[in-house]
Amino acid sequence: MANFFFGLPLMVQGIAKGLAVILFIFPVAAACSMAERKVSAWIQRRPGPNRTIPPFFVGIPGASILQRLGIFQLAADGGKFFFKEEPLPNHVHKFYFILAPFIAMIPAFTTVTVVPFGAYLDPEGKVIPIMLANVDIGILAIFAVASLGVYSLILAGWASNSKYPFLGGVRASAQLISYELSMTLSVLPVFLWVNEPGSSGSLSLARVVEFQSHAGFWGGTWFLFTMPLSAAIFMIALFAETNRQPFDMPESEADLVGGFHTEYGAFKWSLFFVAEYANMIVGSAVFALLFLGGWNLLPWLPLSSLLEDLHRLTGSALWLNPLVSGVLSIAIFVAKVLFTIFFFMWVRWTVPRFRYDQVMRIGWKVLLPLSIANLVAYTVGIYFLQG
Amino acid sequence: MAVIQVQRKPLSLAERTYIPQVIGGLLTTIKYFFRPSETLQYPEQRPAIPPGYRGVPTLVMDPHGREKCVSCQLCEFVCPPKAIRITPGSVAQGAGVDHVEKAPQAFDIDMLRCIYCGLCEEVCPEEAIVLQNQFSMSGYGRSEMVNHKDRLYELGGTLPDKHFKWDKKKAAETGAGGHH
Repeated sequence: MANFFFGLPLMVQGIAKGLAVILFIFPVAAACSMAERKVSAWIQRRPGPNRTIPPFFVGIPGASILQRLGIFQLAADGGKFFFKEEPLPNHVHKFYFILAPFIAMIPAFTTVTVVPFGAYLDPEGKVIPIMLANVDIGILAIFAVASLGVYSLILAGWASNSKYPFLGGVRASAQLISYELSMTLSVLPVFLWVNEPGSSGSLSLARVVEFQSHAGFWGGTWFLFTMPLSAAIFMIALFAETNRQPFDMPESEADLVGGFHTEYGAFKWSLFFVAEYANMIVGSAVFALLFLGGWNLLPWLPLSSLLEDLHRLTGSALWLNPLVSGVLSIAIFVAKVLFTIFFFMWVRWTVPRFRYDQVMRIGWKVLLPLSIANLVAYTVGIYFLQG
Repeated sequence: MAVIQVQRKPLSLAERTYIPQVIGGLLTTIKYFFRPSETLQYPEQRPAIPPGYRGVPTLVMDPHGREKCVSCQLCEFVCPPKAIRITPGSVAQGAGVDHVEKAPQAFDIDMLRCIYCGLCEEVCPEEAIVLQNQFSMSGYGRSEMVNHKDRLYELGGTLPDKHFKWDKKKAAETGAGGHH
Protein backbone atom coordinates (compact mmCIF):
# COMPACT_ATOMS: atom_id res chain seq x y z
CA MET A 1 0.00 0.00 0.00
CA ALA A 2 2.86 2.33 0.87
CA ASN A 3 4.49 1.53 -2.45
CA PHE A 4 1.29 2.26 -4.31
CA PHE A 5 0.98 5.61 -2.55
CA PHE A 6 4.55 6.68 -3.27
CA GLY A 7 4.10 5.56 -6.90
CA LEU A 8 1.34 8.12 -7.44
CA PRO A 9 2.14 11.44 -9.09
CA LEU A 10 3.41 14.03 -6.63
CA MET A 11 0.39 16.25 -7.17
CA VAL A 12 -2.07 13.46 -6.30
CA GLN A 13 -0.03 12.54 -3.24
CA GLY A 14 -0.09 16.13 -2.07
CA ILE A 15 -3.83 16.48 -2.60
CA ALA A 16 -4.48 13.18 -0.79
CA LYS A 17 -2.34 14.23 2.17
CA GLY A 18 -3.93 17.67 2.26
CA LEU A 19 -7.43 16.19 2.23
CA ALA A 20 -6.45 13.75 4.97
CA VAL A 21 -5.20 16.59 7.15
CA ILE A 22 -8.30 18.73 6.54
CA LEU A 23 -10.55 15.74 7.14
CA PHE A 24 -8.75 15.30 10.45
CA ILE A 25 -8.69 18.94 11.52
CA PHE A 26 -12.28 19.81 10.63
CA PRO A 27 -13.91 17.16 12.86
CA VAL A 28 -11.34 17.70 15.61
CA ALA A 29 -11.99 21.43 15.51
CA ALA A 30 -15.70 20.70 15.78
CA ALA A 31 -15.13 18.14 18.52
CA CYS A 32 -13.13 20.76 20.40
CA SER A 33 -16.34 22.73 20.86
CA MET A 34 -17.83 19.73 22.65
CA ALA A 35 -14.61 19.25 24.59
CA GLU A 36 -14.84 22.89 25.58
CA ARG A 37 -18.37 22.41 26.92
CA LYS A 38 -17.43 19.21 28.70
CA VAL A 39 -14.27 20.61 30.28
CA SER A 40 -16.18 23.71 31.33
CA ALA A 41 -18.82 21.50 32.87
CA TRP A 42 -16.42 19.24 34.72
CA ILE A 43 -14.48 22.16 36.15
CA GLN A 44 -17.77 23.58 37.40
CA ARG A 45 -18.83 20.13 38.68
CA ARG A 46 -21.65 19.72 36.15
CA PRO A 47 -22.08 16.72 33.84
CA GLY A 48 -22.34 18.87 30.71
CA PRO A 49 -24.39 17.91 27.65
CA ASN A 50 -25.25 14.25 28.21
CA ARG A 51 -28.84 13.62 27.14
CA THR A 52 -29.06 13.68 23.34
CA ILE A 53 -29.37 10.26 21.71
CA PRO A 54 -31.11 9.34 18.46
CA PRO A 55 -33.96 6.88 19.10
CA PHE A 56 -32.44 4.13 16.97
CA PHE A 57 -29.27 4.16 19.08
CA VAL A 58 -31.07 3.53 22.37
CA GLY A 59 -30.11 0.16 23.79
CA ILE A 60 -27.00 -0.39 21.68
CA PRO A 61 -24.16 -1.16 24.12
CA GLY A 62 -21.60 1.62 24.16
CA ALA A 63 -24.05 4.18 22.81
CA SER A 64 -24.80 5.40 26.31
CA ILE A 65 -21.11 6.23 26.80
CA LEU A 66 -21.20 8.32 23.61
CA GLN A 67 -24.42 9.86 24.89
CA ARG A 68 -22.81 10.84 28.17
CA LEU A 69 -19.82 12.29 26.31
CA GLY A 70 -22.18 14.44 24.25
CA ILE A 71 -21.12 13.03 20.87
CA PHE A 72 -24.70 12.95 19.60
CA GLN A 73 -25.22 16.50 20.84
CA LEU A 74 -22.22 17.52 18.75
CA ALA A 75 -23.71 15.81 15.69
CA ALA A 76 -27.06 17.46 16.33
CA ASP A 77 -25.45 20.88 16.65
CA GLY A 78 -23.51 20.35 13.45
CA GLY A 79 -26.62 19.23 11.61
CA LYS A 80 -28.47 22.24 12.89
CA PHE A 81 -25.86 24.60 11.48
CA PHE A 82 -26.19 23.01 8.07
CA PHE A 83 -29.95 23.11 7.88
CA LYS A 84 -31.07 26.22 9.70
CA GLU A 85 -31.93 29.43 7.90
CA GLU A 86 -29.03 31.67 6.92
CA PRO A 87 -29.87 35.09 8.29
CA LEU A 88 -28.55 37.96 6.20
CA PRO A 89 -29.46 41.25 7.88
CA ASN A 90 -30.54 44.07 5.61
CA HIS A 91 -28.06 46.62 6.86
CA VAL A 92 -24.85 44.66 6.19
CA HIS A 93 -22.44 44.99 3.29
CA LYS A 94 -23.51 41.69 1.83
CA PHE A 95 -20.46 40.75 -0.22
CA TYR A 96 -17.92 41.34 2.54
CA PHE A 97 -20.29 39.96 5.16
CA ILE A 98 -20.34 36.61 3.34
CA LEU A 99 -16.66 36.81 2.46
CA ALA A 100 -15.45 37.27 6.06
CA PRO A 101 -16.07 33.74 7.38
CA PHE A 102 -14.30 32.24 4.37
CA ILE A 103 -11.33 34.51 4.96
CA ALA A 104 -11.33 33.23 8.52
CA MET A 105 -11.22 29.63 7.34
CA ILE A 106 -8.51 29.95 4.68
CA PRO A 107 -5.54 31.00 6.87
CA ALA A 108 -6.65 28.59 9.58
CA PHE A 109 -6.33 25.67 7.21
CA THR A 110 -3.42 27.00 5.16
CA THR A 111 -1.01 27.18 8.09
CA VAL A 112 -1.35 23.43 8.54
CA THR A 113 0.69 22.82 5.39
CA VAL A 114 4.01 23.71 7.02
CA VAL A 115 3.28 22.09 10.38
CA PRO A 116 4.89 18.66 10.70
CA PHE A 117 2.68 16.32 12.67
CA GLY A 118 4.75 13.18 12.94
CA ALA A 119 7.75 11.30 11.68
CA TYR A 120 8.60 7.83 10.47
CA LEU A 121 11.73 5.73 10.31
CA ASP A 122 12.81 5.05 6.77
CA PRO A 123 14.56 1.72 6.04
CA GLU A 124 17.97 3.26 6.81
CA GLY A 125 16.77 4.23 10.28
CA LYS A 126 16.60 7.95 9.53
CA VAL A 127 13.72 9.96 11.04
CA ILE A 128 11.75 11.61 8.24
CA PRO A 129 9.14 14.20 9.29
CA ILE A 130 5.59 13.81 8.00
CA MET A 131 4.23 17.10 6.79
CA LEU A 132 2.48 18.52 3.78
CA ALA A 133 5.28 20.84 2.68
CA ASN A 134 8.74 20.65 4.21
CA VAL A 135 9.72 24.17 3.26
CA ASP A 136 12.52 26.12 4.85
CA ILE A 137 10.41 29.16 5.70
CA GLY A 138 8.34 27.08 8.17
CA ILE A 139 7.51 29.31 11.11
CA LEU A 140 7.70 32.43 8.95
CA ALA A 141 4.99 31.05 6.69
CA ILE A 142 2.83 30.30 9.74
CA PHE A 143 3.20 33.81 11.14
CA ALA A 144 2.66 35.39 7.75
CA VAL A 145 -0.48 33.43 6.91
CA ALA A 146 -1.92 33.32 10.41
CA SER A 147 -1.74 37.10 10.68
CA LEU A 148 -4.08 37.29 7.68
CA GLY A 149 -6.72 35.81 9.98
CA VAL A 150 -7.18 39.19 11.62
CA TYR A 151 -8.57 40.56 8.35
CA SER A 152 -11.54 38.25 8.63
CA LEU A 153 -12.39 39.70 12.04
CA ILE A 154 -11.94 43.28 10.84
CA LEU A 155 -13.96 42.57 7.71
CA ALA A 156 -16.72 40.86 9.69
CA GLY A 157 -16.84 43.72 12.18
CA TRP A 158 -16.92 46.38 9.50
CA ALA A 159 -19.26 44.62 7.07
CA SER A 160 -21.80 43.97 9.83
CA ASN A 161 -22.40 47.74 9.86
CA SER A 162 -23.49 47.98 13.48
CA LYS A 163 -21.78 49.21 16.60
CA TYR A 164 -20.93 46.06 18.59
CA PRO A 165 -19.38 44.13 15.71
CA PHE A 166 -17.51 47.28 14.74
CA LEU A 167 -16.03 47.68 18.22
CA GLY A 168 -15.20 43.97 18.23
CA GLY A 169 -13.40 44.27 14.92
CA VAL A 170 -11.41 47.30 16.09
CA ARG A 171 -10.41 45.53 19.26
CA ALA A 172 -9.48 42.42 17.31
CA SER A 173 -7.15 44.31 15.03
CA ALA A 174 -5.45 46.15 17.89
CA GLN A 175 -5.07 43.05 20.04
CA LEU A 176 -3.83 40.70 17.36
CA ILE A 177 -1.31 43.15 15.98
CA SER A 178 0.01 43.95 19.47
CA TYR A 179 0.57 40.35 20.45
CA GLU A 180 2.03 39.26 17.13
CA LEU A 181 5.16 41.28 17.91
CA SER A 182 6.00 39.56 21.17
CA MET A 183 4.97 36.20 19.75
CA THR A 184 7.44 36.48 16.88
CA LEU A 185 10.20 37.85 19.09
CA SER A 186 9.71 35.08 21.64
CA VAL A 187 10.42 32.27 19.16
CA LEU A 188 13.50 33.92 17.65
CA PRO A 189 15.88 32.53 20.33
CA VAL A 190 14.72 29.01 19.44
CA PHE A 191 15.71 29.49 15.83
CA LEU A 192 18.94 31.26 16.74
CA TRP A 193 19.80 28.21 18.83
CA VAL A 194 18.76 25.72 16.16
CA ASN A 195 20.64 27.36 13.33
CA GLU A 196 24.19 26.96 14.57
CA PRO A 197 26.81 29.04 12.82
CA GLY A 198 28.13 27.19 9.82
CA SER A 199 25.01 25.10 9.25
CA SER A 200 22.60 25.97 6.49
CA GLY A 201 19.87 28.16 7.96
CA SER A 202 16.31 26.96 8.13
CA LEU A 203 13.11 28.12 9.82
CA SER A 204 11.49 24.72 9.36
CA LEU A 205 9.63 23.40 12.38
CA ALA A 206 10.79 19.86 11.62
CA ARG A 207 14.34 21.12 12.13
CA VAL A 208 13.43 22.36 15.62
CA VAL A 209 12.09 18.94 16.59
CA GLU A 210 15.13 17.26 15.08
CA PHE A 211 17.27 19.51 17.25
CA GLN A 212 15.35 18.41 20.37
CA SER A 213 15.91 14.73 19.53
CA HIS A 214 19.70 14.66 19.73
CA ALA A 215 21.39 12.26 22.10
CA GLY A 216 22.86 13.43 25.38
CA PHE A 217 21.52 15.67 28.14
CA TRP A 218 21.57 18.99 26.28
CA GLY A 219 20.65 17.41 22.97
CA GLY A 220 17.46 15.81 24.26
CA THR A 221 16.27 18.74 26.36
CA TRP A 222 13.04 20.28 25.25
CA PHE A 223 13.14 24.02 24.67
CA LEU A 224 10.52 24.37 27.37
CA PHE A 225 13.31 23.75 29.91
CA THR A 226 16.07 25.72 28.25
CA MET A 227 13.87 28.67 27.25
CA PRO A 228 11.02 28.83 29.78
CA LEU A 229 10.52 32.57 29.30
CA SER A 230 10.17 32.18 25.53
CA ALA A 231 7.66 29.40 26.08
CA ALA A 232 5.66 31.48 28.55
CA ILE A 233 5.57 34.55 26.31
CA PHE A 234 4.68 32.43 23.29
CA MET A 235 1.88 30.74 25.22
CA ILE A 236 0.42 34.02 26.48
CA ALA A 237 0.63 35.57 23.03
CA LEU A 238 -1.01 32.45 21.63
CA PHE A 239 -3.95 32.97 23.98
CA ALA A 240 -4.30 36.50 22.66
CA GLU A 241 -3.83 35.50 19.02
CA THR A 242 -6.51 32.82 19.19
CA ASN A 243 -8.91 35.16 21.04
CA ARG A 244 -9.13 32.82 24.01
CA GLN A 245 -10.02 33.90 27.50
CA PRO A 246 -8.56 35.79 29.28
CA PHE A 247 -7.94 37.75 26.07
CA ASP A 248 -11.32 37.40 24.36
CA MET A 249 -11.58 41.08 23.50
CA PRO A 250 -12.90 40.62 19.92
CA GLU A 251 -15.81 38.54 21.18
CA SER A 252 -16.35 40.04 24.64
CA GLU A 253 -19.63 38.32 25.31
CA ALA A 254 -20.05 40.45 28.41
CA ASP A 255 -19.69 43.91 26.92
CA LEU A 256 -20.00 43.55 23.13
CA VAL A 257 -22.81 40.95 22.85
CA GLY A 258 -20.87 38.73 20.45
CA GLY A 259 -18.23 41.12 19.19
CA PHE A 260 -17.39 40.73 15.53
CA HIS A 261 -19.83 37.85 15.00
CA THR A 262 -22.87 39.48 16.60
CA GLU A 263 -24.71 39.68 13.28
CA TYR A 264 -23.72 36.22 12.13
CA GLY A 265 -25.76 33.07 12.49
CA ALA A 266 -26.11 29.53 11.28
CA PHE A 267 -23.41 28.16 8.98
CA LYS A 268 -21.42 31.38 8.60
CA TRP A 269 -21.14 31.67 12.35
CA SER A 270 -20.05 28.06 12.66
CA LEU A 271 -17.30 28.74 10.10
CA PHE A 272 -15.89 31.41 12.43
CA PHE A 273 -16.19 28.95 15.25
CA VAL A 274 -14.37 26.14 13.44
CA ALA A 275 -11.72 28.59 12.22
CA GLU A 276 -11.10 29.68 15.79
CA TYR A 277 -10.61 26.11 16.94
CA ALA A 278 -8.48 25.30 13.88
CA ASN A 279 -6.30 28.26 14.84
CA MET A 280 -6.08 26.85 18.34
CA ILE A 281 -5.05 23.46 16.99
CA VAL A 282 -2.35 24.94 14.76
CA GLY A 283 -1.16 27.21 17.57
CA SER A 284 -1.00 24.29 20.00
CA ALA A 285 0.82 22.24 17.38
CA VAL A 286 3.42 24.96 16.91
CA PHE A 287 3.83 25.21 20.68
CA ALA A 288 4.26 21.44 20.96
CA LEU A 289 6.82 21.44 18.15
CA LEU A 290 8.84 24.37 19.42
CA PHE A 291 8.81 23.76 23.13
CA LEU A 292 7.45 20.28 23.87
CA GLY A 293 9.70 18.23 21.62
CA GLY A 294 7.17 17.48 18.89
CA TRP A 295 6.75 13.74 18.44
CA ASN A 296 9.28 12.71 21.09
CA LEU A 297 7.45 10.93 23.88
CA LEU A 298 9.49 12.27 26.79
CA PRO A 299 12.37 14.67 27.20
CA TRP A 300 15.67 12.84 26.64
CA LEU A 301 13.76 10.02 24.89
CA PRO A 302 13.67 10.82 21.19
CA LEU A 303 11.39 8.91 18.84
CA SER A 304 14.20 6.88 17.24
CA SER A 305 15.52 5.58 20.57
CA LEU A 306 11.95 4.97 21.80
CA LEU A 307 11.32 2.77 18.75
CA GLU A 308 14.65 0.99 19.22
CA ASP A 309 13.85 0.35 22.88
CA LEU A 310 10.43 -1.02 21.95
CA HIS A 311 12.09 -3.15 19.28
CA ARG A 312 14.58 -4.51 21.80
CA LEU A 313 12.00 -5.09 24.55
CA THR A 314 9.37 -6.82 22.45
CA GLY A 315 11.75 -8.37 19.94
CA SER A 316 9.39 -7.44 17.13
CA ALA A 317 10.69 -5.68 14.04
CA LEU A 318 7.21 -4.23 13.60
CA TRP A 319 8.20 -1.11 15.55
CA LEU A 320 10.72 -0.14 12.89
CA ASN A 321 8.09 -0.35 10.14
CA PRO A 322 7.57 3.13 8.61
CA LEU A 323 3.79 2.88 8.94
CA VAL A 324 3.83 1.83 12.61
CA SER A 325 6.44 4.39 13.58
CA GLY A 326 4.52 7.06 11.67
CA VAL A 327 1.24 6.27 13.40
CA LEU A 328 2.92 6.12 16.81
CA SER A 329 4.63 9.47 16.34
CA ILE A 330 1.42 11.08 15.10
CA ALA A 331 -0.39 9.70 18.14
CA ILE A 332 2.25 11.13 20.50
CA PHE A 333 2.09 14.49 18.74
CA VAL A 334 -1.72 14.63 18.69
CA ALA A 335 -1.77 13.78 22.39
CA LYS A 336 0.49 16.75 23.09
CA VAL A 337 -1.64 19.04 20.95
CA LEU A 338 -4.82 17.89 22.67
CA PHE A 339 -3.24 18.44 26.07
CA THR A 340 -2.28 21.97 25.05
CA ILE A 341 -5.86 22.57 23.92
CA PHE A 342 -7.05 21.23 27.26
CA PHE A 343 -4.70 23.72 28.88
CA PHE A 344 -6.42 26.51 26.92
CA MET A 345 -9.78 25.42 28.31
CA TRP A 346 -8.35 24.94 31.78
CA VAL A 347 -7.00 28.50 31.83
CA ARG A 348 -10.32 29.80 30.57
CA TRP A 349 -11.99 28.81 33.83
CA THR A 350 -9.08 29.91 36.00
CA VAL A 351 -8.02 33.40 34.96
CA PRO A 352 -10.65 36.13 34.82
CA ARG A 353 -10.95 38.24 31.68
CA PHE A 354 -8.70 41.23 31.31
CA ARG A 355 -10.10 44.65 30.65
CA TYR A 356 -9.23 46.12 27.28
CA ASP A 357 -6.68 48.58 28.65
CA GLN A 358 -5.10 45.76 30.67
CA VAL A 359 -4.77 43.70 27.51
CA MET A 360 -2.96 46.55 25.82
CA ARG A 361 -0.76 47.21 28.86
CA ILE A 362 0.26 43.56 29.16
CA GLY A 363 0.99 43.38 25.46
CA TRP A 364 3.02 46.53 25.06
CA LYS A 365 4.48 47.25 28.50
CA VAL A 366 5.16 43.73 29.76
CA LEU A 367 5.37 41.11 27.05
CA LEU A 368 7.11 43.18 24.39
CA PRO A 369 9.99 44.42 26.62
CA LEU A 370 10.28 40.96 28.15
CA SER A 371 10.54 39.28 24.78
CA ILE A 372 13.11 41.82 23.57
CA ALA A 373 15.18 41.32 26.74
CA ASN A 374 14.80 37.57 26.32
CA LEU A 375 15.99 37.78 22.73
CA VAL A 376 19.00 39.90 23.64
CA ALA A 377 19.95 37.64 26.57
CA TYR A 378 19.72 34.47 24.51
CA THR A 379 21.56 36.04 21.57
CA VAL A 380 24.48 36.89 23.85
CA GLY A 381 24.28 33.45 25.49
CA ILE A 382 24.17 31.62 22.18
CA TYR A 383 27.08 33.70 20.90
CA PHE A 384 29.24 32.51 23.78
CA LEU A 385 28.00 28.88 23.76
CA GLN A 386 28.06 28.19 20.04
CA GLY A 387 30.19 30.98 18.57
CA MET B 1 -17.76 48.51 68.28
CA ALA B 2 -14.17 47.67 67.87
CA VAL B 3 -12.53 49.26 64.88
CA ILE B 4 -10.34 46.84 63.00
CA GLN B 5 -7.56 48.55 61.11
CA VAL B 6 -6.94 46.57 57.94
CA GLN B 7 -3.33 46.58 56.89
CA ARG B 8 -3.11 47.26 53.18
CA LYS B 9 0.26 45.83 52.32
CA PRO B 10 1.75 46.67 48.95
CA LEU B 11 1.88 43.69 46.61
CA SER B 12 5.05 41.66 46.71
CA LEU B 13 7.05 41.11 43.55
CA ALA B 14 5.75 37.54 43.22
CA GLU B 15 2.20 38.81 43.51
CA ARG B 16 2.79 41.52 40.95
CA THR B 17 4.06 39.04 38.38
CA TYR B 18 0.69 37.33 38.76
CA ILE B 19 2.33 33.92 38.25
CA PRO B 20 1.94 32.24 41.70
CA GLN B 21 -1.71 33.30 41.72
CA VAL B 22 -2.36 31.83 38.29
CA ILE B 23 -0.66 28.56 39.25
CA GLY B 24 -2.70 28.42 42.46
CA GLY B 25 -5.84 29.05 40.46
CA LEU B 26 -4.94 26.31 37.99
CA LEU B 27 -4.48 23.87 40.88
CA THR B 28 -7.87 24.84 42.29
CA THR B 29 -9.69 24.38 39.00
CA ILE B 30 -8.03 21.03 38.27
CA LYS B 31 -9.06 19.86 41.75
CA TYR B 32 -12.67 20.61 40.89
CA PHE B 33 -12.22 19.02 37.46
CA PHE B 34 -11.66 15.63 39.08
CA ARG B 35 -14.46 15.91 41.64
CA PRO B 36 -17.74 14.16 40.88
CA SER B 37 -20.54 16.26 39.48
CA GLU B 38 -23.00 17.87 41.84
CA THR B 39 -25.87 17.92 39.38
CA LEU B 40 -29.11 16.14 40.17
CA GLN B 41 -30.22 14.35 36.99
CA TYR B 42 -33.70 15.68 37.48
CA PRO B 43 -36.38 13.57 35.89
CA GLU B 44 -34.61 10.35 36.89
CA GLN B 45 -33.35 11.52 40.26
CA ARG B 46 -35.73 13.45 42.48
CA PRO B 47 -34.72 15.92 45.14
CA ALA B 48 -35.30 14.97 48.77
CA ILE B 49 -38.34 16.93 49.96
CA PRO B 50 -37.82 18.34 53.44
CA PRO B 51 -40.63 18.01 56.03
CA GLY B 52 -42.94 21.02 56.04
CA TYR B 53 -42.48 21.59 52.30
CA ARG B 54 -45.20 23.70 50.72
CA GLY B 55 -46.02 22.04 47.43
CA VAL B 56 -49.27 21.90 45.51
CA PRO B 57 -52.32 22.35 47.81
CA THR B 58 -54.44 19.20 47.99
CA LEU B 59 -57.59 17.97 49.72
CA VAL B 60 -57.21 14.95 52.01
CA MET B 61 -59.57 12.33 53.34
CA ASP B 62 -59.72 10.96 56.86
CA PRO B 63 -58.74 7.31 57.56
CA HIS B 64 -62.39 6.21 57.06
CA GLY B 65 -62.26 7.49 53.50
CA ARG B 66 -64.58 10.40 54.23
CA GLU B 67 -63.84 13.86 52.95
CA LYS B 68 -62.71 16.19 55.66
CA CYS B 69 -63.65 19.47 54.04
CA VAL B 70 -66.88 20.93 55.41
CA SER B 71 -66.87 23.81 52.92
CA CYS B 72 -66.60 26.51 55.54
CA GLN B 73 -64.86 28.61 52.84
CA LEU B 74 -62.28 30.02 55.25
CA CYS B 75 -59.54 29.07 52.82
CA GLU B 76 -61.38 30.76 49.99
CA PHE B 77 -61.64 33.96 52.00
CA VAL B 78 -58.06 33.91 53.27
CA CYS B 79 -56.48 33.04 49.94
CA PRO B 80 -54.43 36.16 48.99
CA PRO B 81 -54.47 35.63 45.21
CA LYS B 82 -58.08 34.35 45.23
CA ALA B 83 -57.07 31.02 43.74
CA ILE B 84 -59.69 28.94 45.59
CA ARG B 85 -63.34 28.75 44.56
CA ILE B 86 -65.75 26.63 46.61
CA THR B 87 -69.39 25.85 45.93
CA PRO B 88 -70.84 24.50 49.18
CA GLY B 89 -73.28 21.63 49.04
CA SER B 90 -75.18 19.46 51.47
CA VAL B 91 -74.18 15.95 52.46
CA ALA B 92 -76.19 12.90 51.52
CA GLN B 93 -78.09 11.55 54.51
CA GLY B 94 -77.28 7.97 55.54
CA ALA B 95 -74.30 7.61 53.27
CA GLY B 96 -71.85 7.43 56.17
CA VAL B 97 -70.77 11.01 55.74
CA ASP B 98 -73.50 12.66 57.79
CA HIS B 99 -71.24 13.27 60.76
CA VAL B 100 -70.88 16.75 59.27
CA GLU B 101 -73.45 19.14 57.89
CA LYS B 102 -71.87 20.31 54.65
CA ALA B 103 -69.42 19.22 52.03
CA PRO B 104 -68.09 21.06 48.96
CA GLN B 105 -70.07 20.46 45.83
CA ALA B 106 -67.22 21.89 43.80
CA PHE B 107 -63.74 22.83 44.93
CA ASP B 108 -61.44 24.46 42.39
CA ILE B 109 -57.89 25.69 42.96
CA ASP B 110 -56.47 27.69 40.09
CA MET B 111 -52.78 26.78 40.10
CA LEU B 112 -52.00 29.70 37.81
CA ARG B 113 -53.06 31.99 40.64
CA CYS B 114 -51.82 29.99 43.64
CA ILE B 115 -48.73 31.44 45.30
CA TYR B 116 -48.05 28.43 47.57
CA CYS B 117 -48.26 30.62 50.67
CA GLY B 118 -49.90 27.89 52.75
CA LEU B 119 -52.44 30.23 54.39
CA CYS B 120 -55.26 27.87 53.35
CA GLU B 121 -53.61 25.01 55.20
CA GLU B 122 -53.03 27.21 58.22
CA VAL B 123 -56.56 28.52 58.39
CA CYS B 124 -58.39 25.21 57.79
CA PRO B 125 -60.16 24.11 60.98
CA GLU B 126 -60.58 20.59 59.63
CA GLU B 127 -56.98 20.00 58.46
CA ALA B 128 -58.60 19.16 55.16
CA ILE B 129 -56.40 21.17 52.80
CA VAL B 130 -52.71 20.37 52.94
CA LEU B 131 -49.76 21.58 50.88
CA GLN B 132 -47.98 18.33 50.09
CA ASN B 133 -44.80 17.29 48.28
CA GLN B 134 -45.73 17.73 44.65
CA PHE B 135 -43.79 20.69 43.24
CA SER B 136 -44.21 20.49 39.49
CA MET B 137 -47.45 21.02 37.59
CA SER B 138 -47.88 21.24 33.86
CA GLY B 139 -50.78 21.40 31.44
CA TYR B 140 -51.53 22.20 27.83
CA GLY B 141 -53.83 25.10 28.63
CA ARG B 142 -55.17 27.37 31.33
CA SER B 143 -58.13 25.09 31.99
CA GLU B 144 -55.82 22.17 32.70
CA MET B 145 -54.06 24.21 35.37
CA VAL B 146 -57.24 24.37 37.48
CA ASN B 147 -57.39 21.50 39.97
CA HIS B 148 -60.98 20.34 40.42
CA LYS B 149 -62.26 18.48 43.44
CA ASP B 150 -61.62 14.94 42.17
CA ARG B 151 -58.08 15.88 41.12
CA LEU B 152 -57.46 17.50 44.50
CA TYR B 153 -58.49 14.32 46.33
CA GLU B 154 -56.44 12.22 43.94
CA LEU B 155 -53.35 14.34 44.72
CA GLY B 156 -54.10 14.49 48.43
CA GLY B 157 -54.90 10.89 49.31
CA THR B 158 -55.52 9.98 52.91
CA LEU B 159 -53.69 11.40 55.88
CA PRO B 160 -53.90 10.08 59.46
CA ASP B 161 -56.33 11.92 61.72
CA LYS B 162 -55.66 12.15 65.43
CA HIS B 163 -58.88 13.87 66.46
CA PHE B 164 -62.00 12.65 64.60
CA LYS B 165 -63.57 15.71 66.16
CA TRP B 166 -66.98 15.45 64.47
CA ASP B 167 -67.34 11.77 65.40
CA LYS B 168 -66.59 12.61 69.03
CA LYS B 169 -68.98 15.52 68.92
CA LYS B 170 -71.73 13.45 67.42
CA ALA B 171 -71.17 10.64 69.91
CA ALA B 172 -71.32 13.13 72.74
CA GLU B 173 -74.52 14.60 71.31
CA THR B 174 -76.39 11.34 70.89
CA GLY B 175 -74.99 9.66 74.01
CA ALA B 176 -76.00 10.53 77.56
CA GLY B 177 -74.66 13.62 79.28
CA GLY B 178 -73.82 15.64 76.22
CA HIS B 179 -73.03 19.31 76.35
CA HIS B 180 -76.03 20.33 74.29
